[in-house]
Parts: sequence; C-alpha cells; structure tokens
Amino acid sequence: MTIETKAETTLGITPSQTIGPFFAYALTPRAYGGPELATEQVATDGIAGERIRVEGTVYDGDGLPVGDAMIEIWQADPQGRFHASGNAGFTGFGRAETTSEGRYFFETVRPGGLPGPGGARQAPHLTVSVFARGVLVRLATRIYFSDEAANDGDPVLALVPAGRRDTLIAQRGGDGVFRFDICLQGESETVFFEA
Amino acid sequence: MSLIYPPQSLQAHPLNASPEYKSTLKRAPSQPLILLPHTLSETTGPVFGHVGVAEGDSDLTRQHEGEPLGERIIVTGRVLDEDGRPVPHTLVEIWQANAAGRYVHVRDQHPAPLDPNFTGAGRAVTDADGRYRFVTVKPGAYPWRNHHNAWRPAHIHFSLFGASFLSRVITQMYFPGDPLFKYDPIFQSVTDEKARDRLVSRFDIDTTEPEWALGYQFDIVLRGRNATPLEEPHDH
Repeated sequence: MTIETKAETTLGITPSQTIGPFFAYALTPRAYGGPELATEQVATDGIAGERIRVEGTVYDGDGLPVGDAMIEIWQADPQGRFHASGNAGFTGFGRAETTSEGRYFFETVRPGGLPGPGGARQAPHLTVSVFARGVLVRLATRIYFSDEAANDGDPVLALVPAGRRDTLIAQRGGDGVFRFDICLQGESETVFFEA
Repeated sequence: MSLIYPPQSLQAHPLNASPEYKSTLKRAPSQPLILLPHTLSETTGPVFGHVGVAEGDSDLTRQHEGEPLGERIIVTGRVLDEDGRPVPHTLVEIWQANAAGRYVHVRDQHPAPLDPNFTGAGRAVTDADGRYRFVTVKPGAYPWRNHHNAWRPAHIHFSLFGASFLSRVITQMYFPGDPLFKYDPIFQSVTDEKARDRLVSRFDIDTTEPEWALGYQFDIVLRGRNATPLEEPHDH
C-alpha cells in the first residue's frame, strides 16, 4: 500500500491563538440568551447507561482558580461507540465555561472501553480540551475514572510517568460524583498531551 | 475518507510558554507534553453540519432592530485540510469586538461604547466546497493591560472542529497591514513568519460589493492529510 505523501504541496495549518477572555457570549452564551451549541449535559435521562457527574476546578500556577476557561469533552457511549452526529439524547460532546470560582461540571453516561494501539484495550475515558486566556494552544488531556480496574492495562496511562498518572484519574467521592481538578501549572500539574 | 495527522504540522502553533504574553506566565504547563497515540478517541469528533445553525447566524449586521455602526465587511474563505481539499459541512463559530473595539462580554471594561445593534457572535457551516461567508462590521482595535500602551490589532476569533478532535482549533483572523502587528505578543507568539501570515486575511476587490461592503478572504487550514492508498489511473 502506498501512502500519498506529496509533502512539497502540503499546506501549512492555520496556527492556534488564545480563546481570550471574552468568548462566552458566542461559545457558552446561556447568560446572554444566545443559542447553545452544546452544554454540560452530554446525555439526557432517557439514555441507557450509568449516569455520572464529573466536576472540578481549574487552577493556575499560583493555585488560583481560572474563571475564564472553556472545557470541552468528547466521549464514546457506554458500548464504546462514537456518534459524530449525535443521536437522540446523546451527543458525546460537552462544552462548559468555568464559573468565576474556576468550577465546571459535566453530566453524562459512563463511556465504554475502546480499542487502543497495538491491540491493547483502552480504559473508559473522556477526551478533554482546555481553552483559556493565556493558553495559546488548547491543552489536551483525558479524564479516567478511579473505580475502573481497566486503568491498569490502559496503553495511554502507561505512557505517563507513574508519579503523575493520578492527575488523569477522576476520584469518585462518597456522593458518587467524580472529582477532576485541572492544574495548568505547578506541583500538581495535570498531564497534558501533544495530540 | 481516512485522515492521518503528522505531528510535525503542530510546529506552526505558538508555544504556550510565550512569556511576552503575560497571561501565559501562570497558565502555561511547565512539564513537557506527552505524545499521545491517535486512537479512536482522537480521530473522531463531533460533527455539526446539520444542527444548531440558523439561517441568519452568519450575518452579524442583522441580529438587532437596526444596523450596527462601523465599516460593513464580508469575511469569506474556505476551510481546507493540509492537502488543500475542502472540509465541507463543518461548523465555524466567530466572535469579535464592535467597531469601537468593545466586546459585549460583561467583563470587558474598555470605556468605548457598546452598540445596541451589535452582539458580535456568528456561526456558519461550510458548503460542499468548504466555503463559509460572514457579513459583519470591522472590529476596532482595543487596549489591554499586558504591558504599557498595549493594543490588540483588530481581529475576529474563529473556532473550528473539522474532522476530529485532532483538527479542533481556535484562532484569530487579523486584517492586512495592521500597524499593531509588531507590538502584539499574541500575534507574535507564532514565531514562523509564514505561519503568522496565515492568520492575516486578504483584502479582495472581487469579494467587495459595490456601494455596500468591503470583502476579505480568509482560508483556514485544519490538520489532516489523506491516508488513502494511491490508485493507479488505469484502474478506473
């Protein structure tokens, strides 16, 4: 099989720029009465599967909350299937603006496991983009779940130094809510990926 | 159609650690990024080709009772992949300041007037040729507090999805010849001059409509290259 590689005619991509501080009235316009493309509700009540809530706070390098970030998630359904165009009650895509205290949440269904590189199975996870003022290129990370035994065999977690792996795992609290803080910089900095 | 995403294309992006842009100082990760294999989670993504966009969303001058103040402009272009092929039926979201350089956003405190006839948010879906088209007013430059006498060059924010999580990008479109370019650390965070030029729209007299609006062309290239096998012409 020949892979087409006309490198000399490849166009350069359009570079990323920061989302800036003033995106909300366009991208997360609830408070402005505008139409919302997507929200924190990724699945409606009618969808089969375990309903979960993931919430957390975004922090900067001084440990201060980031009150002007936008978080997007993308995920498979409970059977491990992606729905690019969405279907009734499940889009797989969520978008949230952090509050002035840096907080965000998503309500969705627990995703299923997925095939991964080299025949390995990926543990259930959410794919995450973080946009904010002061972030010139979106930060890509993943949210795994603390109660998944499959985390041990996950081929992506295996790429992460053991001491930092916990930053990718949402911890389930006594109330059933998964907590996932995002630290942009510093001692407990979240692992970010070059995707 | 299956796409591949060569990692070297990412070199066009700025570094998050761009200290001249002060907001990066406490927000840029200090640890190296970990190279992520491209699994189904990354090579898929939401598609908004058929939902969520109303007919009038791409004309920012007709969202209120009256017309906004400012220089009416048409901003149009094509969304392409790295092979130059159109990305059809993909969502383009934009937002911008008004002609006086003021955003509707509640936290914008710049003492320039709001325009009751201008919000500054729009959406469009590309057609079969990857083309989008907005009608709006030219945004004003505005001051910010990054450094003494700091002013952002006029720009329109663009948000695109493309084929997958990997092609997702948020960027800014600038206007040709802006004297503020050399003082703007956000624009200058793209260190490669050719890549930086791809953020600048092109004035186009053929897009300009007589007695009505100036026209600007802005093509956007998203990540993604063709991964399908070459077929010999005599096979057809």
